Amino acid sequence: MPRVVVDVMLKPEILDPQGRAVMGAFARLDVHGVADVRQGKRFEITLEGEPTDEVLAGLHRMAEELLSNPVIESYTLRVEDAQ
Amino acid sequence: MKIGVVTFPGSLDDRDAARAVGLAGGDAVSLWHGDDDLKGVDAVVLPGGFSYGDYLRCGAIARFAPVMRTIVERAGQGLPVLGICNGFQILCEAHLLPGALTRNDHLHFVCRDQRLRMERVDTDWTNSFAVGEEIVIPLKNGEGGYVADDATLDRLEGDGLVVARYLDVNPNGSRRDIAGISNPSGTIVGLMPHPEHAVESLTGPSTDGLGFFSSTIRSLVGIGS
Repeated sequence: MPRVVVDVMLKPEILDPQGRAVMGAFARLDVHGVADVRQGKRFEITLEGEPTDEVLAGLHRMAEELLSNPVIESYTLRVEDAQ
Repeated sequence: MKIGVVTFPGSLDDRDAARAVGLAGGDAVSLWHGDDDLKGVDAVVLPGGFSYGDYLRCGAIARFAPVMRTIVERAGQGLPVLGICNGFQILCEAHLLPGALTRNDHLHFVCRDQRLRMERVDTDWTNSFAVGEEIVIPLKNGEGGYVADDATLDRLEGDGLVVARYLDVNPNGSRRDIAGISNPSGTIVGLMPHPEHAVESLTGPSTDGLGFFSSTIRSLVGIGS
């Protein structure tokens, strides 16, 4: 079944203390050469049918109004190729 | 004066808020998240807690609860609304107040008696205080860092919409030490610390919190702002 993936990330200017803590763990685990880690959310949305314009418009609305907070986050939405 | 206190799944401080309303001289009315009827209340408190488990983002799902549809509509018509902690997060998610609350910059949950400076005292929720008055009420949050872009922060400060700021320490990384903000007309206030936990000397660090609840009662009877 077709799947839509929405990735939500904090905007670059918003501090991401979780990402920073993860980066701290990298160093403690002896992984070096990492300049920055940002943590986000990924939503995998499985459709019942085809990703029509109407369906995608509804999902864009959800990505903007529900899945992300435009004050602090941005999102990308893509339709995954059928397996 | 009837002041509604909303209970969402995961609300924690609804009972303390209702008790604070009673101690301030009001009648607390329980409102249910799934019910779009406000039962004729004169003002609404959105209490602290973890509505919907803080899933997605704090307040993000509560914003779309049936009761919130009515509250957003009535708030636009001047209904006084106070959002405390999770309630503040809900007000921001619902775009009734600008900005957002994000994870504390130090990543730890913070729970402390917090000193604040009151800055805007002509709102429906702060008219019992004096400008510059310092109060101590509990603060407890994991995602209490207030953020907004610089233009929004400048506007909040320029228009005098900052209600309270943190003193001594900035406990969560909030921009410009902001602990609470209001809408321009002063009917809607969002506050990260918890006035409802500072209404009795037996259990609170002070009784400073009572002023928020007595303020709205003063407003409603016409002796406040």
